[in-house]
Amino acid sequence: MLDIYLDHAATTPLDPRVLEVMLPYLEDKYGNPSSFHSRGKVATDALREARSSMANLLHVRPDEILFTSGGTESDNLAILGYARMNKQFGMHIITTSFEHHAVLEACIRLEKKEGFRVTYLKPSKEGMIDPKQIEEVLTEDTILVSVMYANNEVGTIQPIVEIGNIIQKYREEKKLPHLMFHTDACQAAAYLDMNVEKLHVDMLTMNGPKIYGPKGTGLLYVKRGIKLEPLMFGGAQERGIRPGTEDVAGIIGFAKAFELVQAERVEETARLMPLRDKLINGILSIVPRTRINGDRVNRLPNNVNASFIDIEGEALLLYLDAAGIYASTGSACTSASLDPSHVILALGFPYEVAHGSMRFSLGHSTTEEDIDYVLKTLPPLVQTLRSISPVSVDEKYWQ
Amino acid sequence: MTHKQEPIAGTKGDVASHDQTKSWFYTDIVKEHFFHPKNFMENDADETHYNAIGKVGSPACGDELRVWMKVNPETEKIEEFKWKTFGCGSAIASTSMASVIVTENDGMTLNEARKLKPQDIMERLGGLPQRKFHCSVLCDKALRDAINDFYRRVEKFDKIVVESSRIIDPVSKVTDHDIEEAVLEGAHTLELVQQKTKVGIGNPNCLPAVEELIRFYKEKYFGAA
Repeated sequence: MLDIYLDHAATTPLDPRVLEVMLPYLEDKYGNPSSFHSRGKVATDALREARSSMANLLHVRPDEILFTSGGTESDNLAILGYARMNKQFGMHIITTSFEHHAVLEACIRLEKKEGFRVTYLKPSKEGMIDPKQIEEVLTEDTILVSVMYANNEVGTIQPIVEIGNIIQKYREEKKLPHLMFHTDACQAAAYLDMNVEKLHVDMLTMNGPKIYGPKGTGLLYVKRGIKLEPLMFGGAQERGIRPGTEDVAGIIGFAKAFELVQAERVEETARLMPLRDKLINGILSIVPRTRINGDRVNRLPNNVNASFIDIEGEALLLYLDAAGIYASTGSACTSASLDPSHVILALGFPYEVAHGSMRFSLGHSTTEEDIDYVLKTLPPLVQTLRSISPVSVDEKYWQ
Repeated sequence: MTHKQEPIAGTKGDVASHDQTKSWFYTDIVKEHFFHPKNFMENDADETHYNAIGKVGSPACGDELRVWMKVNPETEKIEEFKWKTFGCGSAIASTSMASVIVTENDGMTLNEARKLKPQDIMERLGGLPQRKFHCSVLCDKALRDAINDFYRRVEKFDKIVVESSRIIDPVSKVTDHDIEEAVLEGAHTLELVQQKTKVGIGNPNCLPAVEELIRFYKEKYFGAA
């Protein structure tokens, strides 16, 4: 049977070149970087090298990188750690209503339990934040703005540079040295410019498992001078802000993966974009009553998100699964709350549209044959589910 | 423009819709009914052909079910049972299985069909992941709705059973139905039910009654502890 993996935004396979550099550190180079003997030094040196390679690619200093266990921890550390440490300077946070849950839930926590005020900016129907929206809600009480670089469900790329400029200007005008800008760049890291100097961000989250690196790896870039309250307590690793023995093999793999995706991103983007557009145009032309979610231009080269009206996403996902196509649905029908994709809802579409949303995310393994197969397989499956469905959602709700 | 969004509780994780505990380990029977559903209404329903129609849910809450039945007015046996479902794999499989159960062996009488419980459908399916139990409850409700519709049409009003809800906590206006839903969604302790429904938070006097209902619904849907 065919095996077409179109869920790279959920996680990517490990690049064999990454595995190769990791293996020695899983085998005989097993030392703990905190150990003072020779085996420890081997690990320390490798860790230093990985950190400095990461720093070079991000155009930051090595001591501005904190290695973590992944995107969730980095987002949590940025939001909770910064807010808790700097609340004497202000209690207001700005974010968007379609962030990853690792940002949203941390903000909700601060709002509900710790007395912060949070403004959730609503994206446009195309899944874009307008920098002006930030300008309108900045106050002298604002200490943190967090806007994702690219959205994980609909793949829209946010105007991070413009937002960064606005924040920088406001900071200087109003003399608010503690106003900071964080971005979650997990989905962006494989395809977009990750030069922090150009992005004007003060904190940045990225992780390994979205860039063909190992699971359980992530980092938070923290501009020198920013103070964070740790989420964990223990040893002096990562300047005491993130204690715990470093995952040396993981970090080395993470650094290698980032090096590879950044070296290949222009070429890979040029390869994937036509495949993405072929899938988008194909779906729109051969499957009736379908919409594409998210801006068509400011979009990751590997993201296709479609709502198949009148059917429920999970049912389609399982039909596709049986046909050897692995995609993802925004509708969390299996979760106890029955809440569908918060992202599609945030774009202003009703529940019916969110329930039928499906994400196909392309990657290294994706070929034109894969796209052809999807376009051949999809229409009859949608047709079958629609024939079972009693629903016919009015066009005015989803167009 | 600021947009104050309601807290997005209970929706953790990435876009993946995996059941956290058991993934979607559907049984072969569930898969059979999901991939090859039985008795669904293929075209638009000719409603004059049926004498009982039931409906439950809405696409906004993730599931909508409609059922059409042809009931023999003499024997009150279900001769035909057709359905349409907007919903996940479990909802489709449960409805398909229910349609088989009520029509096999010459068909159930409405009396028998009314006694059909969600766990009977689940049992025949070989089980469902715990978080999917509410799906089989929905088709049970659609069936009851259709049974009432039949009796309404033949004017046997005394046979209509209306499932009204009863307020358990006058402060939070939580009903027995709300508690039933909470238990079905996996809240099996007083604390979890309170998290979901806020029952008794301003009125602890009702808590013994709430605990009793949790026990009752747990036993009804999940068997004795």
